This record gives sequence, C-alpha cells and structure tokens, in this order.
Amino acid sequence: MTADLRLRGAASVPQASRRTRRPIGWSRRSRYLVGAICLTVCTIMLSPLLFSVLASLKTTEEAAAAPPTYLPHALSLDGYRRLWNYQLGLPTYLSNSLQTALLTIAFTLILTIPAAYALARFPVPGKEVVFVFLLMALIIPYQALLTPMFLMFAQLKLTNNVIGLAIVHTVIQLPFSLYVLRNGFAAVPREIEEAAVMDGASSLQALYRIFLPAVRPGIITVTLFAFITSWNEFLGALVMMSKSTSFTLPVVLAAARTETSLGGTDWGMLQAGVTISIIPCVLIYLLLQRYYVSGLLSGAVK
Amino acid sequence: MYRSRRAGFVALLYLAPALIFVGAFTAYPVARMLWVSLHDWSLISPPRWVGLDNYQRAFGDKQFWVSLLFTLEYTALITPILIVGGYLLALLCADNSMLRRVTRTIVFVPVVIGLGVSSLLWYWLLSPDFGLVNRALRDAGVIKDPVVWLGVNANLSNIAIIASVTWKVIGFGMILFVGAIQAIPLEITEASMVDGAGFAQRVRRIVLPLTRRTILLVTLISVIGSLLAFDQFYIMTSGQPGNRTATSVFYVYLNSFPYLKLGYGAALSVILAVIVLAFTVVQLILTRRSEL
Repeated sequence: MTADLRLRGAASVPQASRRTRRPIGWSRRSRYLVGAICLTVCTIMLSPLLFSVLASLKTTEEAAAAPPTYLPHALSLDGYRRLWNYQLGLPTYLSNSLQTALLTIAFTLILTIPAAYALARFPVPGKEVVFVFLLMALIIPYQALLTPMFLMFAQLKLTNNVIGLAIVHTVIQLPFSLYVLRNGFAAVPREIEEAAVMDGASSLQALYRIFLPAVRPGIITVTLFAFITSWNEFLGALVMMSKSTSFTLPVVLAAARTETSLGGTDWGMLQAGVTISIIPCVLIYLLLQRYYVSGLLSGAVK
Repeated sequence: MYRSRRAGFVALLYLAPALIFVGAFTAYPVARMLWVSLHDWSLISPPRWVGLDNYQRAFGDKQFWVSLLFTLEYTALITPILIVGGYLLALLCADNSMLRRVTRTIVFVPVVIGLGVSSLLWYWLLSPDFGLVNRALRDAGVIKDPVVWLGVNANLSNIAIIASVTWKVIGFGMILFVGAIQAIPLEITEASMVDGAGFAQRVRRIVLPLTRRTILLVTLISVIGSLLAFDQFYIMTSGQPGNRTATSVFYVYLNSFPYLKLGYGAALSVILAVIVLAFTVVQLILTRRSEL
C-alpha cells in the first residue's frame, strides 16, 4: 500500500501550476463574476462563526433577548465570566480536554513512530498481515466498538479517566498516523541510512539521528491531527466520561445547552464556549495549513 | 539494509507496542462485541447466552428500522449536496489566484472545528425565538412567525441539520477535488483551450473524467461518515420527535448506555459495522487499485 499517486502528486502540484495559475482556465471575461461568487461564498461560510463570536460578547440581557440582535450594542465579557464559573468551572473541563489531547498525541507518536519505522525499513516477516492488522480500526467504526470498550474500561477503572479517553482517541487516530509516518519513513533515501550504519550506528541511533529529523513534517501532521481529533471528539467522551468532574469541553457544553442557572438556555455563555472550543482548531489550521492539507490529501486514501 | 533474522527480531520489537495496543483496544473489543451480542446482559444481572436472539429481535424492532431508514434518508439527501456543492466550489477556486486561495482557506475553516461544537453553534442559530436564522427570515419577509426547526417535525429537523452539516463539511470534499483538478497535467487543459473548447466543455470532457476516482472516493467517505452520524442529532434534536430523528449510532448509544441493554446494543453495533464495512471495502479496493 504505497500512497495514491494521483493524490500525492496533487499535494505537490500547486507550485507547478503557479506558473500559469490557471489549471482550469477560467476566461478573463468571467473574472468579475468569479470574484463576486467567491466573496459571497466567503461571507456565507464566515458569518456563522462571526455571529457566534459576537453573541459571546453580548451583555447578559442582550444575549437573552428574543428576537436576537444581529450585532452587540455593547461589548461585555459576561458570557465568558459565567462560563468560567459554570458548575465545576471552565478550568476543570479545559484541563480534561487538554490532558486527553496531549495524552492522545503522546500515545499516537509512541506507538506509531517505531511501528512505521519497522514497516518501512525492515524485512518484517508477514509484513502485509502485520500492516493490515494494525489498520484494523479502519474497517470497524469506533462508534461500534464503544460498548465493548466501555465494559473493558469499567473493569480496568479507565472510565472517567483521561487516560481511558485518550486510548479511545488513539484507536481512532492510529491507522491514519501509521499510514502517514510509514510513507514518511519510506521516502528517506537509502544512502543517508547506509552512511549512518557504516559509521556503526545502531538502528535505534539511526532512527534518532537520521530518520526523526527527516520525517519531521509527517510527525507534525500526525500531531496536529491527533490534537484536533481528540479536542473535538464527542461520542467517546460522552460515553466514557459520565461524571461531571471528568467532562471534556464539548460534553459540558452539550449539557449546558439545556440546563443552566438562568432557567432557559444561557445563549451568551454557550457561544462563549463555542468560541473557546473553536479558537485552538482555527489557529492550528491557519498556522500549519500546509501540514494539514497534505495530511488530508494523503490521509483520505489511508 | 539490516539483513538476517536478527533484523526481523529487532523489527518486531519496534512493532510490539503498536501490535499489543491494537490487539488490546481494537481486536479484543471486536471479539468482545461479537460475544456480548450473543448474550442478554444488563450489567446488573450476569450475562446469559441467547444465541442469535438479539439479532432476530433487531429485525422485529420498529425503532431499529425507523433509525436505519432515517439514517439512510439523511445519507441519501446530504451526499449529493456535499459532492455537487464541493465540486462546484472546487471548480470555482482550483486556479491559484489570491482570491481563490483565500476562498479555499475560508471554506475549509468549518472542517477543522468539532462537529459537536458546530452543532451547538447551529442549535443557537436555529433556535425559534433566540436564533438569527428566524430573525433574518422574518426581516426578509419570508416567514411571519418563528419556525421551530428542530425536534418537532422530523423532516424539517433533517433539512435544518443537513444545512448545518453542509456548512461544516463541504470544504472537505472541495479540498480533495481541488487536489485532483490541480493534478491534471496543464498541457491537457492548454491543448483543449487551443482547440477552442469552452469552459463547460472542458469540465465535461476533461476535468470530470480525470477526477472520477476522487469523486467516487469522496462519495464513499461522505456516505460512511453520514451512516455514522450522531453528534449533530444528539445535540440538535436529541432524537426528537419521539426518536424519529435518532440515527443508527444514536440507537446503539441509547440501548447500550441509558437503557443498559448491552447485548442488544452490541448486536446493533455488529449490524451497523457490517453495513459500513460494505462501503469501506469498496473504498479500500479503490485506493489500492491505483497503487498497482
């Protein structure tokens, strides 16, 4: 299973096509029309996010107004203050989410870096079988596995535990990560490795000195996908984290959509929570867009 | 490079952690799921062997069919929207001008946020009295009284949720389509332009055929994702009215967790996994074939 050539090629094409900049070849006449459509599309895609952020900044009374105002008349951090103190307090939930995400990243890297190294550079007996076994989670949706995993974790005392949830998220993330890293390891030129071995480096030293720097882009891609998956994942967290002390951010916000201190839904607080959940994902995407898109292009074919 | 049996042994050491992890947390749960599905088990009482009763029960269970058909309906409605919409967006901004790059980036932003979180955002936007959708529709004179989008009428809920999920994931297909379109050799496009082929002709004769495989791939990924839909329905309708909008995964969740019918929940999981497997196998065959 090497990477799909078509899509892998696609990832590197933008440079080539920058030459003419017109792989499709829109005519010059239609330039204004295309510009207008692009702007419309951007407006449609951005406005829900924008309105959510603005709603999170409304005063308590304005956030509860029916019908709602489009733009806040005055800016206030009331929504964020109420979220900060909601039930056990935002820090508890944020820390659960962050711990789970960091553990997911750690587990994913610890498991997949050596495995990808072995699959790409060693003569493993029964390599195909091993690879397919490791990719098993691709063909069984994790949604179906949650019932048996819950039973297992209940015995192992891993429910309501960030380690348990991180294991679930690692199960989801492992095939993609293994696939991306294996391709990364396979792409390292043989000569570099040979030189290191000539110098008497062990395979572990070669991994550390030669390969890890060479597959850095793959590691970044894997890390950022692991973070985003774990930070956003909902069903697993809902099932595994049933005690309010162990709720992650999406779970506590889902609970807060119906039950709040104000009687009805606290819309301002809810949108403050939405805004806080969105910020890390959007920042990571905008800063590391290159790794994100290349991961997506190679990952979609898995 | 590393020859001999020793190298094979070293490789196994590197593979061991991943093999043990997948064995313990994927393979074992699969076996456990099959085992539990053959038992009647509610956590309170010990498991009791019932053979295939749980599976038989599913076929006579009205809610099982309601959930499955609703999930299929949702999938059948949203998939063409995502594919056609994503493809049109890709045609719009596959060229690399500044404006198109920015548009691509912006269309993709909702893909990176969580489905749960985007559902909460739309739960507010679609709220009858407090949401901006009704406010805007009233200001535009389209409706007079607030529409209750979610949780009262199953079809209306489905439409509203499809609109919100389309916003959330349409960028995914677009990015893959852009990748495929940009991979078409420039000479082909240029030659056809020299030959005087118009834009529509080029799309129909060159771009569509040459990106067919990606279209199929994105379709499969969208279908699998939609068959496994949960977050958006749990958050936006809670399955209401009367579990009419409880998807298949939702029904598995209800049986396994709130109802604690673990055996039945496991049997439903197996059925769902088999349905999804059919699509996954096609997807894997497709991706493998291109590598030969």
